[in-house]
Amino acid sequence: MTIRLNGEPFEIAGPVTISALLAELNIDPRIVAVEHNVVIVKRHQYEATVIGEGDEVEIVRFVGGG
Amino acid sequence: MQSDPLIIAGRTFSSRLVVGTGKYPSHAVMADAHRASGTDMVTVAVRRVNLTDKSKESLIDYIDRERIFILPNTAGCYTAEDAIRAARLGREVGLSNWVKLEVIGDERTLFPDNIALLEATRVLVAEGFVVLPYTNDDPVICRKLEEAGAAAVMPLGAPIGSGLGIQNPHNIRIIKDQARVPVIVDAGVGTASDAAIAMELGADGVLMNTAIALATDPVAMASAMKLAVEAGRLAFRAGRIPMRPYASASSPLEGRVAPVAAAAGGRAGA
Repeated sequence: MTIRLNGEPFEIAGPVTISALLAELNIDPRIVAVEHNVVIVKRHQYEATVIGEGDEVEIVRFVGGG
Repeated sequence: MQSDPLIIAGRTFSSRLVVGTGKYPSHAVMADAHRASGTDMVTVAVRRVNLTDKSKESLIDYIDRERIFILPNTAGCYTAEDAIRAARLGREVGLSNWVKLEVIGDERTLFPDNIALLEATRVLVAEGFVVLPYTNDDPVICRKLEEAGAAAVMPLGAPIGSGLGIQNPHNIRIIKDQARVPVIVDAGVGTASDAAIAMELGADGVLMNTAIALATDPVAMASAMKLAVEAGRLAFRAGRIPMRPYASASSPLEGRVAPVAAAAGGRAGA
């Protein structure tokens, strides 16, 4: 199935939790924030939040800035 | 003089120099520059994770979080809505409710959109954020931001990254005179004297990124900025002399050796 991940189409095998998606992407959940369909998901909800077909996911982190 | 910390929203900072984390030649140089600057607050931006770049080096690993408080910004946002979204994301990443609020109104100058900035400030304050808005050097908008609940106001000295120095010192002084929250001069500093001038005007702090990060030797410039901010602050507290158009002799007039000839006149030396 296809989701939109950081604005781009992204293929995943099937519905996954945010925890599983981050693990697949090799992203440390402690240094990012995740939006699911434009709603911020708290870290303790990553395990319980399932991403489905067509969902929009944004994963952000801190980068250098002024 | 006794210790003179910067206090914003009840949080105490030992340094009055706030430093950015962008544009450095490397993360390692940035970390050294932060150390040299003595800062205990740095700004960061919130951006999408790069899914194709598999390098696992994280900016955060180069910030000494034991000592340094991280202030997320909303840089690159052009509407109140986008800035509010970025602030909420920054809060989730950093688990802190502080935000350097930027709502940009013009691409070339990066001048703030003060109307959207005020609107975003109101929303974020209502959500419990400690809002530090980056704004024009306009006393009226600074007052309105304070009334909206901003924890500090951050007027620009000059456009971001311009290095032009403090373009309107009189406004900065007026903003400081009327403010009941800290005033941080944010943007426009090019070199150490600019930072000193901001502090001499009475600013509570200075925020800079480019002036350090893009200096030929960022670590040395960070040291220079530390000294400049400290010197400017100390000079402000010491109370400078008033400016006057004519000289005022420093050496006594009395007891001078009599002039050789009357024609030499009675002029006092320095």
